[in-house]
Amino acid sequence: MARTPAELVGAQPDPPFEITFDGRRITAVPGQSVAAALWAAGILSWRTTRTGGRPRGAFCGIGQCFDCLVTINGDPNRRACLVAARPGDAVTTQEGHGHDRLGV
Amino acid sequence: MTDSASEPYDLAVVGAGPAGLAGAVAAAELGLGVVLLDASAHTGGQFYRQPAPQARAARPEALHHDWSAYAGLRRRLAESSVRHLPGHHVWSITHEAPAWSVHCLTGDDGSDEQPVRVRARAVLLATGAYERHLPFPGWTLPGVVSAGGAQAMLKSGLVLPGRRIVVAGSGPLLLAVASSLAAAGARVPALVEASGYLAYARHPRALAANPQKAAEALVHGAALLRHGVRLRSRSAVTAVHGTDRVEAVTVTRLDRTWRPVQGSGRRIACDALAVGHGLVPQIELATALGCATRTSADGTSALVLGPLQETSVRGLWAAGETGGVGGVRLALAEGELAGIAVAARLGAGRARGSRIVQLRRRRDRMRAFADAMAAAHTPGPGWRCWLADDTDVCRCEEVTAGRIREAVDDLGARDARTVKLLTRAGMGWCQGRMCGPAVACLAARDGAPEPPPERRPFAVPVPMSVLAQCADQPNTAP
Amino acid sequence: MPTGKLSDVIVIGAGMVGAACAYYAAGAGLRVTVIDRGSVAGGTTGAGEGNLLVSDKEPGPELELARLSARLWTELSGALPARIEYEPKGGLIVAADEPGAAALRDFADRQRAAGVTAEEIPADRLHDLEPHLAPGLAGGVHYPQDAQVMPALATAHLLRAAGNRIRLRLGEEVTGLLTAPDGTLRGVRTTRGEVHAPYVVNAAGAWGGELARLAGVELPVRPRRGFVLVTEPLPRVVRHKVYAAGYMADVASGSATLQTSAVIEGTPAGPVLIGASREHAGFDRTLSPQALQRLAAGATALFPVLGTVRAMRTYTGFRPYLPDHLPAIGPDPRAPGLLHACGHEGAGIGLAPATGFVIARCLTGGEPPLDIGPFDPGRF
Repeated sequence: MARTPAELVGAQPDPPFEITFDGRRITAVPGQSVAAALWAAGILSWRTTRTGGRPRGAFCGIGQCFDCLVTINGDPNRRACLVAARPGDAVTTQEGHGHDRLGV
Repeated sequence: MTDSASEPYDLAVVGAGPAGLAGAVAAAELGLGVVLLDASAHTGGQFYRQPAPQARAARPEALHHDWSAYAGLRRRLAESSVRHLPGHHVWSITHEAPAWSVHCLTGDDGSDEQPVRVRARAVLLATGAYERHLPFPGWTLPGVVSAGGAQAMLKSGLVLPGRRIVVAGSGPLLLAVASSLAAAGARVPALVEASGYLAYARHPRALAANPQKAAEALVHGAALLRHGVRLRSRSAVTAVHGTDRVEAVTVTRLDRTWRPVQGSGRRIACDALAVGHGLVPQIELATALGCATRTSADGTSALVLGPLQETSVRGLWAAGETGGVGGVRLALAEGELAGIAVAARLGAGRARGSRIVQLRRRRDRMRAFADAMAAAHTPGPGWRCWLADDTDVCRCEEVTAGRIREAVDDLGARDARTVKLLTRAGMGWCQGRMCGPAVACLAARDGAPEPPPERRPFAVPVPMSVLAQCADQPNTAP
Repeated sequence: MPTGKLSDVIVIGAGMVGAACAYYAAGAGLRVTVIDRGSVAGGTTGAGEGNLLVSDKEPGPELELARLSARLWTELSGALPARIEYEPKGGLIVAADEPGAAALRDFADRQRAAGVTAEEIPADRLHDLEPHLAPGLAGGVHYPQDAQVMPALATAHLLRAAGNRIRLRLGEEVTGLLTAPDGTLRGVRTTRGEVHAPYVVNAAGAWGGELARLAGVELPVRPRRGFVLVTEPLPRVVRHKVYAAGYMADVASGSATLQTSAVIEGTPAGPVLIGASREHAGFDRTLSPQALQRLAAGATALFPVLGTVRAMRTYTGFRPYLPDHLPAIGPDPRAPGLLHACGHEGAGIGLAPATGFVIARCLTGGEPPLDIGPFDPGRF
């Protein structure tokens, strides 16, 4: 019986690359979403909520719930479950609305 | 604003899942100029979600049923004249005589700079469904994921949310999710279903007429048995334990109305929970254009469709889950039927009378089964007893059940729309897709007429810079 | 709790104006029944932005009503819970060029003469008030009396604040008016039965004309459609209610075609609201790309930073429009016992308290706080 999803489908992905999450290096494989790369690294939350400051991560996995919003290369509110990871991406935990620097 | 070449197309198909693929291919093979739009980089939709080509999966079918049907459609698509535009997120459709304008954002998540407008003489909506959720204490904790989401992340990302995953909720999707997760190496200690599994037995004729559905259930059942997954019907997860991520869940028995049976809670250790309560048709593009809807047997809103899949708005067609959740085979039949019907309307192709008769018969039979299935998994009103006053109902705006009850009991809200105005439930990023069914249920009054489906004029959030140029004057060919 | 038979007055419409009529009538000692076919704030109130403006009003009867309302809103903000999100944030009207700025100054001079506080802001000080404003504007006027409220919550809490003197009947539609053989009003017939009272207040907003017809009188209220755009949640990027000088001309226009000049404002919940277009299109809710395009273009022209954020949703509502842009407030001389409180177009939230105050005075035989002649429902 297969022990990992990759073994189950017989995946032999192209060479992996690195992205960072809050400065920590993690590995992603080509074509993988940012959320999948984070899950693969055992990371389930990458956002805190606006009101309660609670941790959130991917929920619906198909771009509908917007719970997986995250800041990628300084851009807030990207849906981690839809955006493909690219080599060198700097993913950072998004706090609240993610637009603090716009406040006046 | 970029306008695509070959415009206007005869037919724009929105959604490249089973229904959209079948419709696009059928219409193109009858001679129509077809454009196929989908948010994803690949065809297949949610059902035939698959790893990226760079994953070089030798056996993508290992996570799928009916892969051969998809492989066939994919081949016909490649051989057809259909223009497939991946990474196109449709945010609105408008009618500017004589054609429809389909307004799209582009890129993985619609963040690319360049919006696109596609013009077409007819539109086929094959936008599928998303999952229905019923809130319960702890459902916002990291590690709680939607059942469909766990399946989607597995199929495309080849990842799991944990090693020990409880699957819970209601509906036939749970069987498929539990068996995929187990096959991919997760331990699934329990599959928790709120309905009684015997519910289908009340509809023996529908089941007998759809033997492949019974066979599918058997296949999943056998797989679950093999993986040691324990089935608990008439039960629900009523609490999630853990501070920053899931450590355990409490599974409680339910009575026939889905009210928890006091004292029956059992704790199950796990590091993830995959949960969902059936599917909700994704119809906002259609309702924004005024298409008529009906309430399905499971309480969700679906489009009213004519015998040949046309909505109540002439020139706008729909297939698959948009007309009521019914599964992949129904979607394939409806998509093909719609493609043929659009071709006939636009005067292309030969008459396909016998095929139409065959498809209509097949569709009607499967619709009957879908209705029986939907009725069996309709949430019982007792689910509301799962909620504590401090349980978040709206995930985006963090609106608790207590605030919603206050709006209904003390502030004069009688429907989901007013609850939204008074509490912000449903006003956040997801626009009520996650909490909408629950809020509607909490707001409903006995005897009140069925509220219309929620209006979401923007199917996805739209950059202000895009809106500021969206009505630029009509197309010029590039 | 008073029963249906023991009401002194029936208010039709549980929107902001109806709530204010009920609140002040109850405050004057009357027992009030409020009837609405839907929910509290389910009509135009729920589709509004909560503008409490003096800045957009020409000197005249509407401005007098607005000034009284501004005072009453200040009182109400103390009496109602903070959740109504009353914010005395002030308005800032800006002009793109020197002729526009001159017109703005002239308008402000005339308003000042009518008692409005209006402070000229030269171009080089605009960014002190609004750091994200586009460069190159010619100047503006600051109106500290402009304010904002969350209309649905304000309505709900106003209805609650009067305690059991107000009885709510929701989900119940008025289908006719009851009159005695001598023609005096006795109450209303609804989808659920009869409700009796000697006075009926028409606070049915955009549907006020239909209600008037049930009483056999003509009130030419028409719906004037508006779209509001709502952005994703943001920190405070806009401090005041900000709009360009063209807005006043749009408000005063009777044109059937689309008028759009964006009023931009932040909200305590985070999203920025951008409203609102004005067009006569019946009760049609279909998305108008042209209206949204102009709102978005107007907003991003004033605040370029908004071009970088997303609109999450848009909603549409129907302003109750009367041809002379003044509401109908007071007794209907053609139908004894019937009073009107509708036709406020886009200013209903702001004008509601004064309207309710006037209606309560009319019901109790008191002296109105201002000349209500211009609002006479019989003027059409």
